[in-house]
This record gives sequence, C-alpha cells and structure tokens, in this order.
Amino acid sequence: MSTRRVFLKSSGLAMFGVGAAPLWLARAADAPSARKKVLVAVFQRGAVDGLNVVVPFGEKSYYALRPTIAIPAESAVDLDGFFGLHPSLAPLKPMFDSNKLAIVHAVGSPDPTRSHFDAQDYMESGTPGRKATTDGWLNRALPALGDAHKSPVRAVSLGPSLSRAVRGHNDAVAINNLNEFKVHEADGAATFESMYASTLDTMLKGTGRETFDAVKLMQSIQAQPYTPANGAKYPGGRLGQSLMQIARLIKADVGLEVAFTDVGGWDTHVNEVGQLANLLGNFGQSLAAFHQDLGDRIEDVAVVTMSEFGRTAKENGNRGTDHGHANVMFAFGGAIRGGKVYGEWPGLAPEQLYENRDLALTTDFRDVLGELVVKHLGNGQLAGVFPGYTQPKFRGLIGG
Amino acid sequence: MRKLLAVSALVLCLGARSPKLSKDDQVIHALNRLTFGPRPGDVEAVRKMGVKKWIDLQLHPERIAENPELAQRLAPLESLRLSQVDTERNYPNPQMIRAIAAGRQAMPEDPVTRAAVERVVRRFKVKKDTADNGPLEPAIPLEQLLSREQIRMIRTGTVDQKRAVIAAIPGDQMDDVAIALPPGLRLQLLPAVEPMLRRKLMLLTAPQQLVAFDLSEGKLYRAILSNRQLEEQLVDFWYNHFNVFLDKGADRYLVPTYEREAIRPHVLGKFRDLLEATAKSPAMLFFLDNWESVGATAPQRGNAKRPVRGLNENYARELMELHTLGVDGGYTQKDVTEVARCFTGWTIRQPREGGDFFYNDRVHDKGEKTVLGVKIPAGGGRDDAEKVLDILARHPATARFISKKLARRFVADDPPQKLIDKMAKTFRDKNGDIREVMKTMLTSDEFFSQAVYRAKVKTPFEMIVSAVRATGAQVDFAFPLANQIAQLGEPLYRKLEPTGYSDANSEWVNSAALLARMNFALSLAQNKVPGSKLDASLFSGAPADIARQVLFTDAKPETLAAIEKQTQGSASAPVVGLMLGSPDFQRR
Repeated sequence: MSTRRVFLKSSGLAMFGVGAAPLWLARAADAPSARKKVLVAVFQRGAVDGLNVVVPFGEKSYYALRPTIAIPAESAVDLDGFFGLHPSLAPLKPMFDSNKLAIVHAVGSPDPTRSHFDAQDYMESGTPGRKATTDGWLNRALPALGDAHKSPVRAVSLGPSLSRAVRGHNDAVAINNLNEFKVHEADGAATFESMYASTLDTMLKGTGRETFDAVKLMQSIQAQPYTPANGAKYPGGRLGQSLMQIARLIKADVGLEVAFTDVGGWDTHVNEVGQLANLLGNFGQSLAAFHQDLGDRIEDVAVVTMSEFGRTAKENGNRGTDHGHANVMFAFGGAIRGGKVYGEWPGLAPEQLYENRDLALTTDFRDVLGELVVKHLGNGQLAGVFPGYTQPKFRGLIGG
Repeated sequence: MRKLLAVSALVLCLGARSPKLSKDDQVIHALNRLTFGPRPGDVEAVRKMGVKKWIDLQLHPERIAENPELAQRLAPLESLRLSQVDTERNYPNPQMIRAIAAGRQAMPEDPVTRAAVERVVRRFKVKKDTADNGPLEPAIPLEQLLSREQIRMIRTGTVDQKRAVIAAIPGDQMDDVAIALPPGLRLQLLPAVEPMLRRKLMLLTAPQQLVAFDLSEGKLYRAILSNRQLEEQLVDFWYNHFNVFLDKGADRYLVPTYEREAIRPHVLGKFRDLLEATAKSPAMLFFLDNWESVGATAPQRGNAKRPVRGLNENYARELMELHTLGVDGGYTQKDVTEVARCFTGWTIRQPREGGDFFYNDRVHDKGEKTVLGVKIPAGGGRDDAEKVLDILARHPATARFISKKLARRFVADDPPQKLIDKMAKTFRDKNGDIREVMKTMLTSDEFFSQAVYRAKVKTPFEMIVSAVRATGAQVDFAFPLANQIAQLGEPLYRKLEPTGYSDANSEWVNSAALLARMNFALSLAQNKVPGSKLDASLFSGAPADIARQVLFTDAKPETLAAIEKQTQGSASAPVVGLMLGSPDFQRR
C-alpha cells in the first residue's frame, strides 16, 4: 500500500516544508515499507482480582474460598471447560473463539512484596526486587536503530505523566490528548521552542526537544479527522480514549513502536462484586474496540495487559479481597496464538496456595513480555530488556 | 533518566562541601523553598529582616500577622467550616437527589437536608423511571426563561456581558434559570458572578460538588495569600504524606474536617500527635477501610442475611509502609496482620450520630499480638492501637523516613545522607518534634549549598501559585486555577493512591505537562484564565527587566536571547507569559 508514503509526503512533509522536515520523517517517507511492529501495554493499577477475571469455575476450592463473591459457574463465559471469563468480559469472547485472544493465568512477579507502589515499580521497571533501576522495560525494549534520526514518538505513554515503564534513554513522550497537544498560541510556540532548545538546563532541554518534535507530529495527524474503522465503538472513559489515540497514532504511521496506558480502580478490598463488574465492562469493551478498529493492521500490533499482583484466594471480611500474588494477563494481536489459557494452573487447594493465602506463581511476567519483545518487536537483546533475568521460559504465545 | 542520575550524583558529591550561597542568593533560595514563590517586595523584606530571622519567624506562624484579604476570600467557603454531619446534611449527593426526584426514595427527615434536596428536586420534572445517572429535565426549559441572545451571551460573551444578562433576570426567576442551565453553560457563568450567587447556582444544581469546590478554592487562596507560607507548605506536605482521596464515597464529606482538624493543627507539632490524629480521623478510617475491620474473635450478628465480617489489613500496611517506617523499614507481612488486629474496633459512628471516631470494643481482637518484636498482651482494648502508634512513632526507621521525605520536599530530590542523618537525630532526640527537625534542615549547610540552588522543579501547584504570586495577579475566583493544576498533572485532593504525589522532579517533567505549563503561562499573561486578573501594564519594560520581576533574579542569557529574537518579529506573545513558561521559571 502506497497510502502511507503518500500521506507522509502530502501532509507530514508539507507541514514542515520539504527543506525543513526532520530527517527521520523524510527518510521514513522514502524507506522501503517495513512497517514498524507495535507493542501496547495496558496496566491495571491496584491489583486486579485475576481469579474473578478469568474464573477457574472447574476448581472446587474456588467456591469454598469465596462464598459471597465467587462468579457462579453458570454466569462465567466458558472458555475451555475449566476457565471462564467474568460475564462483563463477554466482548472478548469472540476474540478468544477466533483464536486471537490468548490468556495466561497464574502469572506475575516473583517478588513477594504486596505493596502497590513497589510492585508497580518493579513491574514497570522490569526488575522485580531491584529498586535502583531508573528506566522502564518498554523503553529498553525498543530495538536499537542504527539511524541517529529517529521518530520522536517511538515510545508514548497516555496520560498527564510519563509512566515509569516508558522512561529511559530512548525519547519518550507523555500525551494526554492528541487534540490539545500543542502550544495554543502560535506566537508563543516558536519562542518557547527556541528557549527550550537553547537552555543549559539539561533535563528541561531534553523534555523540551521531545515535546516540540512530538507537537509537530501531532499537528500533522490532527489534519485528518478520525473515525474508528470497522464500526468500532470505544466506550467512554480514559482507557477507551487512550486506546483510540494509540490506534490513531499507529494508523498515522509516525514511527510509534511502544505505547503504555493504565487504568486504575482495581483495588477492591471492600464490596468487590459490583465494582469489578463495572470496571471489567469498560475494560473488555475498550480492548475489543481497539482490536476492531485496527482491522488488518492488528497483525503489526500486539497488546498485553498486566497488573502488579493478584488478590487473596479467600475473600476477606468485607466482601472483597486483599493483596495477593499471581494474576492473569491478556495478549492479542501480531502473531499471537489465541484461543488458549496458557501457563500451569497450580490449583487453589490449601496446600497449593502461596503463603497459605494467594494463587501461586507458575509463570514469570517476564516470560510473557519477553516473548513479545523478542518475537513480536524483534528485539533479541533480552538480557538488556530484563537485566538479571537469565532463564526466560517462553510459553509459545507466538509461533516459531 | 541518566540526566537525573548525573544531577543526583553531583548533589551527593558536592552536598557536603558545596560552596555556600551568597547572602543575596540565600534570600531567594529561602523564599523559593519555604513559600509558594516570592511576591513583589518579598525579597527586600526578607533581606532587611535577615534570612535566619525570617526562617525562624516562618517556623512560628502564630507570631505572623495574617493577611486580611485571606479571611475575606475564605469567608464564603462555608463548607470548610462545617462539621462532617452538617456537610452531609447541607450538600446531599446526586444519587439521593435523583432517587427522590424519581419517587424511589422518600424525602429525608432531617430538616436541613430536606430543604437542600427540595430546592433542587421541585424544579425538575419528576420521571418515575429516571435511571440513577440519567439527567433530570428542568421543570421550565431555559428557552422559556431567556432569549436566544441572552443564552448566546452566557456562552460566549465577555464577563461584563454575562453580568449584564444576570442583572436583567427578575429575582424570582433566578432559581429557575439556575436549574434550567445545562452544566456547560452554568460553568461559563460562574466566573462572572459574585461568590454568593456562585454558591447559590451550585447549591441549586450540584450541591455535593460545592465541597470539592471549597476545598480547592480554600487551598489556593491560602497558598496565594497567606503570610504563613511555611505552614501552608507543610499542610500540603503532610496532607500528601497522609493522603486521602477525596472522591472515595463518604470521604467527600470527611476531607474538610480531616484537613482542618487532623492535619493543620499539627504540622509543626509532635509527629506522634499528627500520627494519632490521622489514625483516628474518620477520613482515614474510611479511606483505608479500617472502619470496617473487625477481629476474627468478634461476635458475629446472628443473622443469616448479614455477611460475615473480618479483618482488613489495608490501613495497617499503609500505616507502616507510607506513614511511618517506609517500605524498607523492616516490617513483615506478619507485622501487618498483627497491627491490623490491634486496630480492630477503631471505627466511625453513623453520620446521624455525629460521624466521629469511636472505639468499638465489641469487635476488637483481644488476643495477644506481637508487633515488630514487641509483645502486646491479651485483653487489651483501644490502647492496643495506641501502643502501636507509640512503637512506630519512636522507631528509628520512622525518624529516617520522615526526615528523608522532608528533605526531598525542601532540599533536593536526592538529599545528602549527612543531612538526613542530622535530621533523623533531631527527630529522635526531640521526640518527633517537627519544628525542631525543620529547623535542623533549614539552618544546615546542605540547605544553603550551591548544589541545591534552583535544583528542584516546581510541582504543578507550585508553578501556578508562584506565577500568580510573582505577577501580583488578583484572584477572585480560584477554581479555574485548580482546573489548570489538574491539567498539569496534580488534581488537588484527587491522588487515588495512598502514596500521595511524588516530590521528585522527574514526575512532573514530561511533554504533556510541559505543554500545559507553557499554555497556562500564556493564558495567565493574556488574562484568559477566568477569575484571575493580571495587570499587563506592570510588565511593559525590557525583557531583562520583566524577567527580574518574575524570577527575582536574572534570567539566563539563552532564555533572554530567545525572547529578544521574537520581540523583534511582528506579532508577539506577551513577554511576561514567555517568562512564566520559561525553563528558568520551572525551577525553585
């Protein structure tokens, strides 16, 4: 398809005027069309209750442990006779049935911490147990590019602050809202740009440069109004909006390679049932819409979800659950082989629980992310992406 | 990231032997760190008094005469002064209003709540099956009350035009107009009307939001106007340290009391007192679920319908991880459970009974517990938790953790260990006297060292308030500033996680936030921020002079060069706006 090249030549370059366009954009327009692979990570902040998300209805202990908050077997959306989806995740069932959606259960971080703050930090830095890491796994996952002139939006996080996972030596941009992403006063924009380009304040200079490069890009994308394709309808709320912006960026072919967004509210210590149902409804619809919106493009785009840890197998005294250990991850897109629940199910009998309270871990989250980094993004330097993780064990989500 | 590391390494290396700031720089530094930014005249006043003396004065806010304008601005914000119960009575929540309007719920018995609900409900068309979050239709539509021209004026007119429309509405119709206005138009109107009418508009349509409004406005007015600046910095610091998320259920009613009674009185007092005040506050008990935590040995109600209640560890964990010892403070999962057991029974009375802290012995776990190696004998009551607070407040890890956090806020992102150790020693020697610890910090060589001068990036709250203070902008409606602060990444009272907002530079410096800062700077300079008025005529000199006016020091040559280049062009953004959005202004 030559549409991409045409687009760049007509709007992207036109935006700058041919002579003034940044080199990476000019070269991208001429380069042979090796479309960039994209990895999108969605972080459920607050420790989502994996046992009620992908329900082990075939496990007797599950019902004994959760007398009031378990999902009844007949309500769960059956996946394989043992596991079922929470009913609010029905929008994801067609993706599972058509072998697009893969699920990994009993997966997570081996670190024993049950502190939200620490566990999120470890999962975003990609180095559980190590506090000294300052950058994030998604930033390190970017394949090295020989070309010194790179797109300023290779790494993007959606939201008002730059998420830990995408921080690092590769430029990364925090985007709240594509439409608003500019200096509103045209007169001020040029002066600010020159101010930040020449300041000796290294940190602000770096951010300034990333910012203005990205602004120019967003302007060029804004020139075309956006309608989700294939009848996709994103639900209201932050996650839907963020995924839509990511879809838009992907389709604009501006060099996006990794994207990160998050959704909060999962910390259901009290009265879990209603809250979780609501949150999962929005979650499932958002992911399904993104899948639909991308259409054929999904072969270049992999999406993976994660959460800092799971929750206690047994419900607590307040019709909720407390902090636990292993959890569930979803993955779809690219060459991911869906239609299966991966990982070894450890069981929920008392002697099978971690520290007598939580779902035990049988897959390290880096096994899942690592496989996507190597086989989807094409970055074979896994030791650099997950330092200290010497024995990755891919689960075969992607063939080959 | 590498840049941050480099700066931190520099601070660590130079911290101990970094050259001391010149006397003039000390003044600016002290103002930058202890206040929300200097105002015109502050530098001279502090220089005259002497930095040491001024710092000492700020450490004793009771000796500082307060700005009379502050009391004036705070006066209309009545929800800030109400008790928890009265807050709930006067500002009913939207779900209740809808349920009553749709006939699903009876009018409340309490006369005050009833009046508040009636005000809203009788003006809506009652639809029997209105969903819980469906919009209610006004009894009289807006088109029957206002002309199309008037409606257009409200939407897009100038402040004066909006005022004219309001003035022309007959008194007895004002309430109906207020109800009929869709939320977007109502918001357009708020900046143009006086505080009392503003409140009326809110009370008639969205009473519960008034509490959030008042909290944000109150916080902003205090930061902008108070002479007791260090006290305000510390209220911000301690609220953030003992963070409560405003939008969690009942916390909407509980936060004003929390800030007023649990935080503010103790900010320079004894840490143990502050700790206990937060532990007993209904806001915290609710936010971290302790109000529902009951001992395993507690008698269960013999009712088949009522689910079995149990222990909730949420507060116990955060008490140690976030409030006292810190995540590396040496506690274990077992300690968390034991602490939770100690705190069973610490709960809240029903709102109609006052909504205050109350210790319920019947649900307390009376077994023996061991917390951080200390045995707490069986048969205890309310004092089990008090013993835990004693243990935690006295623990050396707490002294270190609190000292480090204070140093991060006031000195540098990566404070010199030597300074933290000094502060921790004061903490232990003086029984957690916060004023003493602050004094150790603010009189140290490390505080006045070159390495930390302008080393911290302003948080969104600091950036916006310091811009208002530096330019002398008059603020008569602070809420739009709160919206801007949220755009920059720090919605007030709305940090979801108990950790509170970060003090680290890197948290606030990213593309979206940086753009928002630049946009705010230009908006303020062009008087496009509703409710704030800047006198542009004060900033008509040469760029270098304007820079000195808002930075209280010279701008960097690179910054000036960029500005001078643009002013030679044709149209130009106001120089004061460019200065407020410059890299120079982002540091303190």
